[in-house]
Amino acid sequence: MARVVVDVMPKPEILDPQGQAVAGALPRLGFAGVTEVRQGKHFELEVDDSVDDETLAKIAEGFLANPVIEDWTVRRLEA
Amino acid sequence: MSPRIGVITFPGTLDDVDASRAVRYSGAEAVDLWHADADLKGVDAVVVPGGFSYGDYLRCGAIARFAPVMTSVVEAAGKGMPVLGICNGFQILCEAGLLPGALVRNEKLHFVCRDQWLRVENNDTVWSTRYDQGAEVLIPLKSGEGGYMADQATLDRLEGDGRVVFRYVGGNPNGSRNDIAGIASESGRVVGLMPHPEHAIDALTGPSDDGLGMFYSALDALVPSA
Repeated sequence: MARVVVDVMPKPEILDPQGQAVAGALPRLGFAGVTEVRQGKHFELEVDDSVDDETLAKIAEGFLANPVIEDWTVRRLEA
Repeated sequence: MSPRIGVITFPGTLDDVDASRAVRYSGAEAVDLWHADADLKGVDAVVVPGGFSYGDYLRCGAIARFAPVMTSVVEAAGKGMPVLGICNGFQILCEAGLLPGALVRNEKLHFVCRDQWLRVENNDTVWSTRYDQGAEVLIPLKSGEGGYMADQATLDRLEGDGRVVFRYVGGNPNGSRNDIAGIASESGRVVGLMPHPEHAIDALTGPSDDGLGMFYSALDALVPSA
């Protein structure tokens, strides 16, 4: 078994209104100095050893992310 | 015999009842289709209605795309069956790869619910022949994730090939690229749009009856001319 993390982020050229709203709220809460926020998704998958990297890439590219608007990364965490 | 137009219900679909009503108003027979059933019941066309299929979990339309009924819809669309995706249905058709691009959260984050003017940019698709080219129609828009996004090459191709079917006029409500409200497949038989033509079929219950034209258009294509 291994824990796999898939991070999905809006592509840089895609407007991220949620991230912008968070960035806009921070000064109002008294936190200065945060110039940009981008909001994405973080998935944690428990997978058995039969699942290879190619399969994980297919899961990320074909389902967890929409490659039209999102970039993704897959990484295996140390057990 | 009148043509049979299927209307799909997913868990979380809201507008299947109105879509079926619009189908009946146009003179076709409305056929209920169920997300878990791959059987299209021999329909001549399919409407994928609006709502929040599977709670919009993961992304709007991302789960619905894998429903058994959608596998059949994609296959039938490949053989030329007309398909109309409205709002969440548009999002599902994009996720399923029947239409290019994707829909994202509205630019200002607000859920937009209003009667929206659209311009008919292409009256040569199966779902738009009843409109005059350049006509402006009033159709309700109600969505939180209606911003149409595609890369520049895709946008150039859509514009160049006349595949933008409807465009927002009087201001862009959601940040859609090129003010795009609806697009068509290369064949012009699959159309998706964010606004809701099924809510504009009778002045008693909507802002206009402008939406009925989409259903009449499909009917014209399905009924062999006498």
